[in-house]
Amino acid sequence: MAPPLLEIRNLTVAFDTPAGRVHAVNDLSYTLNEGETLGVVGESGSGKSVHVLAMLGLLPSPPAKILSGEVLFQGRDLLKLPEAQLRELRGGQIGMVFQDPMSSLNPVLTVGRQLREVIERHSDLRGAKAEARATELLDLVGIPNPGARLKQYPHEFSGGMRQRVMIAIGLSCNPKLLIADEATTALDVTVQAQILDLVRDLKDRLGTTVIWITHDMGVVAELADTIQVMYGGRIMERGPVRAVFRQPHSAYTWGLLRSLPDEGARAQRRLYQIPGAPPDMANPPAGDPFAPRNPYATDRCRTEVPPLRPASPVPGHMVAAWYDLPARLAAEAAHG
Amino acid sequence: MAGYLVRRLLESALAVWGVVTIVFFVTRVLGDPAALLLPIGASAEQIEALRDNLGLNQPLFVQYLQFLGQVVQGDFGTSFQHGRPALEVVMERMPATALLAGSAMVLGILIGAVAGAIAALKRGSLAELVVMAIALLGQATPVFWLGIMLILYFGVNLGWLPTGGYGTFAHLVLPAITLAVFVSASIARLLRSSMLDILREDYIRTARAKGLMPHTVFVWHIARNALIPVTTMTAILAGELLGGSVVTETVFSWPGVGRLILQAIQAKDFPVIQAGVFVVASLFVLINFVVDLLYGVLDPRIRAER
Ligand SMILES: Nc1ncnc2c1ncn2[C@@H]1O[C@H](COP(=O)(O)OP(=O)(O)OP(=O)(O)O)[C@@H](O)[C@H]1O
Ligand SMILES: [Mg+2]
Repeated sequence: MAPPLLEIRNLTVAFDTPAGRVHAVNDLSYTLNEGETLGVVGESGSGKSVHVLAMLGLLPSPPAKILSGEVLFQGRDLLKLPEAQLRELRGGQIGMVFQDPMSSLNPVLTVGRQLREVIERHSDLRGAKAEARATELLDLVGIPNPGARLKQYPHEFSGGMRQRVMIAIGLSCNPKLLIADEATTALDVTVQAQILDLVRDLKDRLGTTVIWITHDMGVVAELADTIQVMYGGRIMERGPVRAVFRQPHSAYTWGLLRSLPDEGARAQRRLYQIPGAPPDMANPPAGDPFAPRNPYATDRCRTEVPPLRPASPVPGHMVAAWYDLPARLAAEAAHG
Repeated sequence: MAGYLVRRLLESALAVWGVVTIVFFVTRVLGDPAALLLPIGASAEQIEALRDNLGLNQPLFVQYLQFLGQVVQGDFGTSFQHGRPALEVVMERMPATALLAGSAMVLGILIGAVAGAIAALKRGSLAELVVMAIALLGQATPVFWLGIMLILYFGVNLGWLPTGGYGTFAHLVLPAITLAVFVSASIARLLRSSMLDILREDYIRTARAKGLMPHTVFVWHIARNALIPVTTMTAILAGELLGGSVVTETVFSWPGVGRLILQAIQAKDFPVIQAGVFVVASLFVLINFVVDLLYGVLDPRIRAER
């Protein structure tokens, strides 16, 4: 088998804040194969954004500190790479789409300029050719009248349109790895479907590897091969989408899936209603971070952090839990 | 846009008219110039005759209307002291003021911009600490005190530069530095805080995520956005300096408009006070107008609103 495109080993990231040291990412490890699409889900503050920003060297430091870990991209450790070499990868081989489309574009430069900037940085296209490529990209993400739109400024675009511009920027250099952080959250369902089609098409044509961060289990089901559920800066469960959806082994995954609204109420399917609040990462609980909210937690959960271990016979299906969720659920069902 | 221009021009004219009117009435409160213009011991009749001659015996409101009528023709009357048209007396001093203000602005902006940018980009370094300490000091130091210290050291002790006066480049150095200290300190502090705000913006992270070279990020994303607040500050400072820096011009015996107006106030030379204030107010309004237009160029969001 080919070596993985991306391998993260024991990544730990903290922020030094006035309230103390906040551990945003804790001993995170995973691998991503070429062509694979990973859907990363988890409640707000679970470390989804921070872990991708950390691997691209985009966290503000201070307050951010990468305490340990390696991020191997095509065998090279991004965390040790000189800034100049990392720059070559960013925007080129690794495309990134951020959440917050309203503030992620420079207000005083035209959209065309902000697109051409990245095209010219990572390709030989210049002048009219770069312009043509920029037009093509806006067209690709479904922005009508792209030629005229290039001359406009971000404030002349709606939130959804700006999000598409961000996606166009992320895709501009046909990246090997595309990282999308809540890329379609601001978009309505039809546009979201268009964007997902676009990404699927890109994967088919170019074999792009994708990390898709989202709150939306529906999008994960549609797009991803592998799902990774994060909580308190750790992986709670990970595996092939079908296996995890069919039989979750983490009570947290189970909670997320249960809080999915019924089919038909799609418009508001971005909700998670698990009782309790996410942990205070400045004073995290001792054991399993989810234990305080977990009705199935055992005494061991409250004292000892569970390691990620194989969850089911399905290859790659892993869970971090001391309890046996399927057994507990089955017992509950049997007792009525 | 055309409507906007017309509105702004009307506003400007109104502002100048307001200032000129206030100054007209305030100068009348200063007291009687006739007594000052005649030699000590002049008789009451002589003073009365001069008052008649100067038009000071007419009702105040009539004086004001006459004054306005002349002003629209560009006539501010004859200087009591100099015996020549007041506007001419004022305009003669403009080059000196403009030279000093211009040199101080250029020097101050260059130093302030470099210092402010270093302080912002080298966050938490010794360089930032030093720059900010000097800037705070520079802003807090009274101009007259700094001017006198420079004169004492470079003019008197070392004898390198003239202690005052006008004419050669050497005369310009000390007054220009005195003013530039304040300008550069103000700009450095504002630029630093603006840049630190901008560095936290999401679009800077986007720019870095695109793999752009550091100089591209700096020029087109950081500096380009910081230009907007710095332009405002520059305009305010330029307006102040063009109004004639009364203190600096006086300390260095610099023959500029500020010092002229001060002398005119002491001599109750009404026409020169009025002409001087008119010129200064007009310049101030003009600079504001230009800056407003510049805003439209710098910030597309503002352009869209007009
Ligand atoms: N600049 C920062 N300073 C201090 N703490 C931070 C900073 N950025 C993130 N954090 C903390 O890191 C933790 C993880 O944040 P992260 O942004 O990765 O969450 P997320 O999973 O992306 O959430 P969301 O779904 O809301 O985007 C949070 O506890 C957050 O408060
Ligand atoms: Mg996030």
